[in-house]
Amino acid sequence: MELLRFATAGSVDDGKSTLIGRLLYDTKAIFQDQLEAVERTSVQMGNEYTNLALLTDGLRAEREQGITIDVAYRYFATPRRKFIIADTPGHIQYTRNMVTGASTADLALVLVDVRKGVVEQSRRHAFLASLLRIPHLVVCVNKMDLVDFDRDAYENVKAEFRDFAMKLNVSDLTFIPVSALHGDNIVERSLNTPWYEGTSLLHHLEEVHIASDRNLVDARFPVQYVIRPQTDEHHDYRGYAGTVVGGVFKPGDEVMVLPSGFTSTIASVEAGSAGGVGTVDEAFAPMSVTIRLTDDLDVSRGDMICRPNNQPSAGQDIDAMVCWMSEASSLAPRMKLAIKHTTRSARAMVTDLAYRLDVNTLHRDEAATSLGLNEIGRVSLRCTQPLFFDEYRRNRATGSFVLIDETTNATVAAGMILGGGA
Amino acid sequence: MLRLAVKAFAPARLPFPVMHVDTGHNFPEVIEFRDRCLAEAGARLVVASVQQSIDEGRVAEETGPRASRNRLQTTTLLDAVTEHGFDSLFGGARRDEEKARAKERVYSFRDEFGQWDPKNQRPEVWSLYNGRIRRGEHIRVFPISNWTELDIWQYIQREGVEIPSVYYAHERPVFERDGMLLAESPFVERLPGEDVATRRVRYRTVGDMSCTGAVESVATTIDEVIDEVSATRITERGATRADDRVSEAAMEDRKKEGYF
Repeated sequence: MELLRFATAGSVDDGKSTLIGRLLYDTKAIFQDQLEAVERTSVQMGNEYTNLALLTDGLRAEREQGITIDVAYRYFATPRRKFIIADTPGHIQYTRNMVTGASTADLALVLVDVRKGVVEQSRRHAFLASLLRIPHLVVCVNKMDLVDFDRDAYENVKAEFRDFAMKLNVSDLTFIPVSALHGDNIVERSLNTPWYEGTSLLHHLEEVHIASDRNLVDARFPVQYVIRPQTDEHHDYRGYAGTVVGGVFKPGDEVMVLPSGFTSTIASVEAGSAGGVGTVDEAFAPMSVTIRLTDDLDVSRGDMICRPNNQPSAGQDIDAMVCWMSEASSLAPRMKLAIKHTTRSARAMVTDLAYRLDVNTLHRDEAATSLGLNEIGRVSLRCTQPLFFDEYRRNRATGSFVLIDETTNATVAAGMILGGGA
Repeated sequence: MLRLAVKAFAPARLPFPVMHVDTGHNFPEVIEFRDRCLAEAGARLVVASVQQSIDEGRVAEETGPRASRNRLQTTTLLDAVTEHGFDSLFGGARRDEEKARAKERVYSFRDEFGQWDPKNQRPEVWSLYNGRIRRGEHIRVFPISNWTELDIWQYIQREGVEIPSVYYAHERPVFERDGMLLAESPFVERLPGEDVATRRVRYRTVGDMSCTGAVESVATTIDEVIDEVSATRITERGATRADDRVSEAAMEDRKKEGYF
């Protein structure tokens, strides 16, 4: 069954938890003992209503402070699709958490309170969704019950949001008038909005076309592990294991291995099976397979298998948008870090900080000299080894990287490649 | 987990051993199954024994009818990590199982005390995992974090994975405690009024005999189990795990100490 991953962003006030609770409840993904536990805790905490946020806020500190600290993952399924929700908190560490949740999402769900219209936070969420290249954006205009399901109020918010979204790279933008509290247009089309011609939220999540979001053109296979059994039975066996992150690989395809540049032909594409190893006719993202070549080449972890006539960019210099995620340090020119890109690890030096971006206004501050926690900017990096990359907008897997502090080993930044540097 | 690991490295053998933290209070069927499966996979078994930790005075055995070796496992596990110099351990924990686990990373960093610090986790973006550690620290890796209980059963069905017989309905002498059906065994002292009766049950999760509850069931095939799991309105741990019932944050507290 097809899987749709979506990220939600927002605060308690705009009804996000209620909306998620509604989706989970109506798809029977909340179990009786979970609901009873939440009801019990809500009463203990003196809440007047069953606080569905408690379903996901599992940590003691979250319950004590009534806040969401971290991205929470929730799961539900309908007969059509399986869903994973990455529920990201609205205020605390919003950028870091939203980037985390959005990095793997097919769709972003942004909530707007119809009475308040597009506020700073809505703009921020829409911007981050576009920066992370989430292909589909759904805006739920919530609390329609509080404006008597007034069409003009809805259309005003829609026009305002659309105006802002014009400045962003949003390819698929959908608006839905909802009342999360009462369930209008969440699972079923509401009788209260006869003027609304679209589908319910759940129906949209089930139907939105995601298969074509996958890159089936640029064949990319970062080698994760070399399988060499060293047994009599498989004496000469040599296979390259990893996950396909773009394009299609088939037996007989001519391929090139980077960085060596040697070419060979795919002898077989294998996948583990109950009885040992089986072969498959073709492999595409996100399949995990073992590729065997007709020639014995020197191939190791971190190498990239691609097509001779369709290679990724290769180089030690890259320009990228970077989101800094550490409170213990900040990014500044001359800083040295470890970089992890696909299965390749290297060291990198920050050679330039072009500007810092204000996520609320999209203003570029070119006078900035550093990036602190939750700040986003455009940087240039020089790496100790060449990376084999694509622009992030073409391929999220070969266009993304993380930066790691070599002293603390903490992951301090997420990066999206814009292109090769000078 | 074993099936996934075997498939990932086939036709080579697993490049790491398999570890069992053995409370000594196991279902006999499960131990027999463990040995047979590992022999078929050609995998090396490391047993970390809670009984040995007790004998060596590393931990003290709880007493009384509610005694359990569940919490003692943490010391045994961490001792084994040190003894064998493991820098990472794969586990089958899933985020849908329990609310503290819902926030855990796929690569879960543990400091030199084996502790999990939920407020200071490494951000995990895209599929880029950070496995860097210093000596003495280790990573718990949960590859099936995003699977649900139903996903597991459907995978077992699709792949024809063999599972221990206790997961299917069978006759067993059980008694009722706190709304759970516990197996009659030498490892649990019964309280007055806890009468043993033979019922037709199966297990949804399998821990040790002292803290894993059975559910009444007639499911004897994988298809019937899937029908049952699809229809249930109670979570697997909520229905059957006494160890999670200590408090709202029982799992978080144990995980901070180094529990799986």
